[in-house]
Amino acid sequence: MIDLEPEQEMSEAEFPTETSGLTRSHFSARDLLSEATVALTARPARTLLTALGTILGVAALVATLGLAKTAGNQVVSRFNELEATRVVVEPQNRTQGRNNVQVSVIPFDAGDRLERLNGVVAAGTKSEVAIQGLARSVPVVDPLGSNEFQIPVFAVSPGLFDAVRADIETGRVFDEGHNERGDNVVVLGPAAARRLNVTRVDNSPAIFVGNETFAVIGILRDVEREPDLLNGIMIVDGYARERLALNAPAEVHVEVDVGAAELIGTQAAIALAPDSPDQLRVSTPPSPRAVRSSVQNDLNSLFLILGGVSLLVGAIGIANVTLVSVLERTGEIGLRRALGATRRHVAAQFLFESGALGALAGLIGTSVGILTVVAVSATKSWTPVLDSWLPLGAPVLGAIIGLVAGTYPAWKASATEPISALRSGT
Amino acid sequence: MTTVPPPPLAENAVATAPPTIPSSEGIVVELDNVSREFPGNPPVRALDGANLRIHEGDYVAIIGPSGSGKSTLLHLLGLLDQPTDGVYRLDGIDTRDLSERDRAGLRSSRIGFVFQSFHLLGHRTTVENVMLSEVYRPDSRAGRRERAESALIQVGLSHRLDAFPTTLSGGERQRVAVARALVGKPSLLLADEPTGNLDSVTSAQILDLFDELHDGGLTLAVITHDEDVSERAQRRVRINDGQMTEDPA
Repeated sequence: MIDLEPEQEMSEAEFPTETSGLTRSHFSARDLLSEATVALTARPARTLLTALGTILGVAALVATLGLAKTAGNQVVSRFNELEATRVVVEPQNRTQGRNNVQVSVIPFDAGDRLERLNGVVAAGTKSEVAIQGLARSVPVVDPLGSNEFQIPVFAVSPGLFDAVRADIETGRVFDEGHNERGDNVVVLGPAAARRLNVTRVDNSPAIFVGNETFAVIGILRDVEREPDLLNGIMIVDGYARERLALNAPAEVHVEVDVGAAELIGTQAAIALAPDSPDQLRVSTPPSPRAVRSSVQNDLNSLFLILGGVSLLVGAIGIANVTLVSVLERTGEIGLRRALGATRRHVAAQFLFESGALGALAGLIGTSVGILTVVAVSATKSWTPVLDSWLPLGAPVLGAIIGLVAGTYPAWKASATEPISALRSGT
Repeated sequence: MTTVPPPPLAENAVATAPPTIPSSEGIVVELDNVSREFPGNPPVRALDGANLRIHEGDYVAIIGPSGSGKSTLLHLLGLLDQPTDGVYRLDGIDTRDLSERDRAGLRSSRIGFVFQSFHLLGHRTTVENVMLSEVYRPDSRAGRRERAESALIQVGLSHRLDAFPTTLSGGERQRVAVARALVGKPSLLLADEPTGNLDSVTSAQILDLFDELHDGGLTLAVITHDEDVSERAQRRVRINDGQMTEDPA
């Protein structure tokens, strides 16, 4: 590494005593290592401060790459869980004459038709319907305050509750019988139930919407999709069709198996409207691969620039302090030259010191970065994901930065004249 | 300077000198018409045609006021600088055409330096400072500490082996520096104002140590402007304006 004349070195080894009586100057790797170690550990606080910039830079870089990777994978898994299993069918917007009207070709048995498709878990229709008048739970006029509310009413098919993953607080949801008979029964979303003061269904409470009377048969606790149902009154399709002149459902919500979304996307329109599938718009979740790459690209390009800037600052820090230390150690350099060091030996020592400092900073920075990724993942309940080359490559990057930063100071040290250095008195 | 320089005598001398070197047996330092000129306008001739022989076991004091050229001589003798003219042989080895690495090797193995300002590394113990002198030698690392310790015992510092230089007195520090110069048994101990930073009592102690080492057969060249120091030496060489003259013994 230091002896740049390996062939001559070999011949010296074979003939340890030369005829001329010359012994060449020599600086073994072990001596280089121990000299650099002593120099770096002589002032540990200063060494650490010198390395701080590079530590932060490497830490920022590792944390950025690690978090981007972790977050990217996390976004994908969220999509997989809820969004990737969701398909929605709506009628196309069409211009008819001067008016932009939506003509729905969705049949009322849309849920049944889709549930026959392989890959569909549950399907149901949902249409917001307008009923003249406000909703109230008791037919009395309370002079102290309003007990009448504007609450949206949705006509749904029984399959919708499974399709939106509804959780029932109390009572039950609709069955096919309710739907076919067009019973005047409702299921309340939790917010709607609170406003109407309905907390139980075993006493067969009734509510009124305008002039219509309904029996409450169930209250929901939560839904995972279509949160507007939480503040809604749900009636059966059959009732809306008979009494409220609902022509066709407005939209169909489908819960599919993982991975089946794209297939169902192509089949749903044909299953629902074999004669005019182009009149339906089917929304499928975005492909997971596309999500991952776009998320990662956004994060990476921004934070990599930040990490790069910190690394540059770190390199300047190492260069700066090493240069100062060369000036401080002028006397030592002169002494080493007097003791038999060549310019190259002096340069090698300073270069090795800054390289070792950089590698050390890289190692600490990598550890800090990984700990950051783990800590952030822990608080967000994510699974930390890290490229395996990262913890190996980052310390190497630190060493390279140290070497590059040490080049000029090492050259400066090697150019120090031993004569003036020895007279400097330090 | 308006005078026309004399014809290049040195050149003639080199041309007419017999090519064979006289036997250098027992001669440590041999300066043959050595000059050192520093570039400038006009050029400064710090050393002008110096001739000097130092035999094994000699104790030579090199005396001169500041600016006389004695530092230049020190650097030439210590192989830290090269003459512009003339030949310098160290232990019979012609140093004219040596590579930097060879000269560094000669420095390391044959010359021990002692400086006015000691040049000890503050964060290392006494014995570690002395061990430093072997770092640039091809010697094995085994026994390095023992050799350093025995050198320290030789200069009378057996009780301060693991002390740090900051806790030592000036005289003790210079002893450590002498011990560092002694490791590896150099052909020449080259001291540059070794008592310049010491009071008279400790100066005398260091000079006593030099006498002891001289009695033990060590070759010493001490550069000084102090007559007290030069009186201890066996030979006195004076430099003035680059001209070297030796006091009669």
